[in-house]
Amino acid sequence: MNLNYTTEELAFRDEVRAFLEKKLPEDIAAKVKGFRRLSKEDHQRWQKILSEQGWYATHWPEEYGGVNWSPVQKHIWDEESSRYGAPRSVPFGVNMVAPVIIKFGTEEQKQRYLPRILSGEDWWCQGYSEPGAGSDLASLKTRAVREGDHYIVNGQKTWTTLGQHANMIFCLVRTNTEVKAQEGISFLLIDMNTPGITVRPIITLDGEHEVNEVFFEDVKVPAENLVGEEDKGWTYAKYLLTYERTGLAGIGISKAALEHLKGLASRRLKNGKPLIEDATFGQRIAQVEIDLMAAAISNLRIIASVEGGGMPGAESSMLKVRGTEIRQTINDLARRAIGPYAIPFVEEELDLGYDGDFLSDENAAPVAPQYFNNRKLSIFGGSNEIQKNIVSKMILGL
Amino acid sequence: MDFRLNEEQQMLQDTVARLVRGEYSFEKRLEYSESELGFSADFWKQLGELGLTAVPFPEELGGFGGTGVEVQSVMTELGRGLCIEPYLQSVVLGGGLISQAGNSEQKEQWLGGIATGEVRAAVGLQEPQSFYNLNDVETRAEKSGDGYVLNGRKAVVIGGHCADVLVVSARTSGDSRDADGISLFLIPADAEGIERRTYPTIDGFKGCDLFLNNVQLGPDALLGDEGKAAEVIEYQTGRAISALCGEAVGAMEVACDLTLEYLKQRKQFGVPIGRFQVLQHRMVDMMSELEQARSMAILAASVADEPQSDERRRILAAAKNVIGRSGQFISEQGIQSHGGIGMTWEYNFAHYAKRLVMINHQLGDDDFHLERYAAMLQAS
Ligand SMILES: Cc1cc2nc3c(=O)[nH]c(=O)nc-3n(C[C@H](O)[C@H](O)[C@H](O)COP(=O)(O)OP(=O)(O)OC[C@H]3O[C@@H](n4cnc5c(N)ncnc54)[C@H](O)[C@@H]3O)c2cc1C
Ligand SMILES: Cc1cc2nc3c(=O)[nH]c(=O)nc-3n(C[C@H](O)[C@H](O)[C@H](O)COP(=O)(O)OP(=O)(O)OC[C@H]3O[C@@H](n4cnc5c(N)ncnc54)[C@H](O)[C@@H]3O)c2cc1C
Repeated sequence: MNLNYTTEELAFRDEVRAFLEKKLPEDIAAKVKGFRRLSKEDHQRWQKILSEQGWYATHWPEEYGGVNWSPVQKHIWDEESSRYGAPRSVPFGVNMVAPVIIKFGTEEQKQRYLPRILSGEDWWCQGYSEPGAGSDLASLKTRAVREGDHYIVNGQKTWTTLGQHANMIFCLVRTNTEVKAQEGISFLLIDMNTPGITVRPIITLDGEHEVNEVFFEDVKVPAENLVGEEDKGWTYAKYLLTYERTGLAGIGISKAALEHLKGLASRRLKNGKPLIEDATFGQRIAQVEIDLMAAAISNLRIIASVEGGGMPGAESSMLKVRGTEIRQTINDLARRAIGPYAIPFVEEELDLGYDGDFLSDENAAPVAPQYFNNRKLSIFGGSNEIQKNIVSKMILGL
Repeated sequence: MDFRLNEEQQMLQDTVARLVRGEYSFEKRLEYSESELGFSADFWKQLGELGLTAVPFPEELGGFGGTGVEVQSVMTELGRGLCIEPYLQSVVLGGGLISQAGNSEQKEQWLGGIATGEVRAAVGLQEPQSFYNLNDVETRAEKSGDGYVLNGRKAVVIGGHCADVLVVSARTSGDSRDADGISLFLIPADAEGIERRTYPTIDGFKGCDLFLNNVQLGPDALLGDEGKAAEVIEYQTGRAISALCGEAVGAMEVACDLTLEYLKQRKQFGVPIGRFQVLQHRMVDMMSELEQARSMAILAASVADEPQSDERRRILAAAKNVIGRSGQFISEQGIQSHGGIGMTWEYNFAHYAKRLVMINHQLGDDDFHLERYAAMLQAS
């Protein structure tokens, strides 16, 4: 057993650090570290820098412009970029639809879409969930009917993250109603500018606009936008979900959030002393830091197990549950740490450009909104209940 | 032993319930919340006209002579409606501090108006450094002529943006966390030298931080004995804790009802999600948290207006600890049981969840009261 990085891995880490130090724009890093809002432009600026470096598509084979890093290298990248405050790439294009296109798409689809993802020309969003199809995704109803060389799409998607920025959406649609639910689903790539598509915002409880409803009314989609075979979409969707789950433990983000929490608790006073020195609160922080330490090693164990190739198994579901619980606990503690100042909603301080006096701590304003917003972590990407169902079925045989 | 409300108390609660049902739809609440005032002036007026703002005041003020139980009857219904009027700040706390500490002129000047709702009070007891310790007071009140001049800052004063009178604590002697040396002052809202930074709160209220810059006050502004306010503050925040327990229980009741309803109605995998055992057990846990909170609210109400004692202190600390925890549990688990819909702005559950979590940030969170309680273990 050896828990250390190899010499090559250490060298790689140095390279990553040097790159981040030199190329990560300070204003973007400050936003990420202070949990401020990121604009579409921020994401695009960073993606461009990554693309120029050739490091944007960490999950793709080299022939398509990917980096082909080993799982350990990817982990080092995730860890270091969280530490430096680099934004996480919006996953829908580069880490979700692209792997599906690479594995199941036609040559033309690869030629057309992959370069546009690398260049940032296309912004993708994910059209899986529907009002009636959340955990039970296979019950989705959005209908696509083949007419000549087109599909006519009718129905509704919901919870579409950052759909307001997107020009492309990948959708699961029903192409066959005669067979078992899972067997009548197809995977369609749809241009959001096609007539008949309407995007409506859903505002979350913290007042943010990050999710949307997307309505389809007689939307004409060229048949060549079908990925793989008709009615085989469920297979591709499941392939993608495994990809989605591996990143969702968010260990790197939790580490950054923990630093943020410790900063708050060091500046915040209780009875004249920093809160972090308080017996009760100090122990609460220590407890979550210990849990995070364990989860980080679990994460590394999963990574090491796929170093030789293959996909992580249902263990990643356990890690998703743990990882999201840890992040939610950190958010809970941050909210507690600012005490009465969790109550004011100081919207102007949520943006980085704010140059007035801060109501309390310079990092306080996003804390309570973030706590509420991150209740989503245990809901999306397969709710934690669904993850536990998977573990009990796949691993425990129950 | 009888845990039921008596006939009068039940009538009181029904009156508030009817009023809230009639006036306080979820959509209207959002409008009130976004208005300049931050709540409904009209609803506030009706609370006054029906005598509800007078509930805790004596009969000669047109009041009801109500104690903890009556105040909770009102607050529970305001909690069920998620109402954002400053009942807690003005009637319970402001009115309470003046009733307990005020001299006859001060009572005469302010209490009648507070009891009818025509005057609104707000209370500034916290400071940026104080966390939840209300003896941590750095705002200074220096003698000046026969009056005082105040300098300092009071934090998160709910309703402070629109109150007619402010009741604030300031130090007339002693070191920053001494109980001794804290005094209370009555400040007319338009006094010179007060600056406000006003903000909405995350749970739909409005409030402000008060910046006191050389605020000149006459001798009649001192409320109660100089330097002896700590006890008054502790006693009155105890009453307010009991009132908050009532509000929290009301909000928890609705949050549980909404969740239960949703479990029966939402279908996934061909069945109502309430058929999944993990959600059934969670719902049971939420209900038993509500029962714990309800019990502690009743206990708190029973001591709220009793003379101060270690027993009263212990019970109120315990009650606030319990409602802080059950409120957060019901919010978080309720959102989770709903799935995505539970965290949307347009569905009222999310707003109950936010209020319940923020109640834990008012008058001390569960950690603060656990510590208080633990410190009193030796006393038993
Ligand atoms: C902020 C946010 C962003 C999102 N982004 C996207 C996106 O970009 N694209 C997209 O397609 N979707 C997205 N989603 C949707 C997300 O995947 C769904 O919310 C999720 O699958 C849960 O579905 P639901 O919300 O309909 O809840 P439901 O499925 O109705 O679940 C309600 C409750 O029932 C439980 N439950 C359901 N079935 C079972 C069972 N069999 N056993 C035990 N418990 C069960 C759930 O765990 C949950 O607690 C997003 C959601 C959120 C909140
Ligand atoms: C100290 C002791 C004293 C007792 N005294 C008496 C007595 O005086 N008279 C008497 O008649 N019996 C007595 N019992 C027996 C007791 O009632 C049973 O142990 C109990 O009913 C559980 O049955 P079991 O042990 O067969 O466990 P099981 O019924 O086999 O249960 C095993 C586990 O499965 C869970 N489980 C079972 N069904 C479900 C379900 N539908 N949903 C979710 N979880 C489920 C249980 O909660 C438990 O965790 C006693 C038991 C003990 C340990």
